[in-house]
Amino acid sequence: MAQFRLPANSRVGKGKTFDAPAGVTNVKQFKIYRWNPDDGQNPRVDTYNIDMDNCGPMVLDALIKIKNEIDPTLTFRRSCREGICGSCAMNIDGTNTLACTKAIDEVKGAVGVYPLPHMDVVKDLVPDLTNFYAQYASVEPWLKNDNATTQDAERLQSKEERAKLDGLYECILCACCSTSCPSYWWNGDKYLGPAALLQAYRFLADCGDEATGERLDALEDPFKLYRCHTIMNCSRTCPKGLNPAQAIGEIKKMLVQRAG
Amino acid sequence: MSMQSPLSRAKGMGSAKEGLHHWVVQRFTGIALVPLSLWFMWSMVCLAGAEHAEVVAWMQAPVNAVSLSLFVGVAAYHSALGVQVVLEDYISHEGFRMVKMIVQKFLHYFLAALGIFCVLQVALGA
Repeated sequence: MAQFRLPANSRVGKGKTFDAPAGVTNVKQFKIYRWNPDDGQNPRVDTYNIDMDNCGPMVLDALIKIKNEIDPTLTFRRSCREGICGSCAMNIDGTNTLACTKAIDEVKGAVGVYPLPHMDVVKDLVPDLTNFYAQYASVEPWLKNDNATTQDAERLQSKEERAKLDGLYECILCACCSTSCPSYWWNGDKYLGPAALLQAYRFLADCGDEATGERLDALEDPFKLYRCHTIMNCSRTCPKGLNPAQAIGEIKKMLVQRAG
Repeated sequence: MSMQSPLSRAKGMGSAKEGLHHWVVQRFTGIALVPLSLWFMWSMVCLAGAEHAEVVAWMQAPVNAVSLSLFVGVAAYHSALGVQVVLEDYISHEGFRMVKMIVQKFLHYFLAALGIFCVLQVALGA
């Protein structure tokens, strides 16, 4: 039933504070969520005071600086450092975004850094995305063709048809949108969430796909699709500027069209 | 501990192949409630301070009786659909949700039937 407080073992405590080196004047404070599955302790928020004269401009730069120079136990995912891999998605200053494309000076005061909301935490800033990826796989994100001719030949697409994929194909599956969605928080086991639904629409909108009916059949469900209540957090938070809410609206429109 | 694969868990029991009808009807009733609510509010303002006999006469006019019945019925239906979504959103226990769902549906249909019956009782001058 309704739960108004976090479970006892999830309540966040006060953590350690790491001061900036003596004599440093340009200091920015980072408050970072920490949780280690191995020490049996509750999560805590550690405070790091960073010398900004010796740090890159992005939040990821600060995280890497902390890991390299101050606290090697800090755990987070990162790879491309240019907003194309989606690894460093986390909640920064109250908004889900990519640490590598979020400028530190956009944040007034201390920079709060938490893992993506409402997901199981593996360690520190690393969320468990197993279900998220499985949901992506469940929409069968590949072109499906029934006949051999189209299977083995080049699949032609007009410029107009290709343009329909703009705003869809750019998704990097960072999970910022799905984990910002209250509907996904409450029913993430059954609701596919904005990211998987945007990907589902990416293949519904592709003229090279021959499984539109089958895809719509699989989506028409009170939980898989219709848990979207157009809250729009997904579109507001997307670090790539995409609009998953609109894609979900298009799926709903297609279902109406199909029913006539 | 479950050894079920993540994909199997994500697919669950598959699609229920429904949801479209609920979604469409919720919008239809919502659209219908715009003129019905405006008409109802406007009528109430016009009837403010009226005598009992005047209100009865107003309700006996066919257009008013039908509109009032529709307002009660459509509002109850729209509300039933909305409350269903709230229960689906926030109650994850299957059994408990089903009980609440049945109770809320019965309650809404009862209120709609009661409201429409009362309107007709006055309109038909019983």
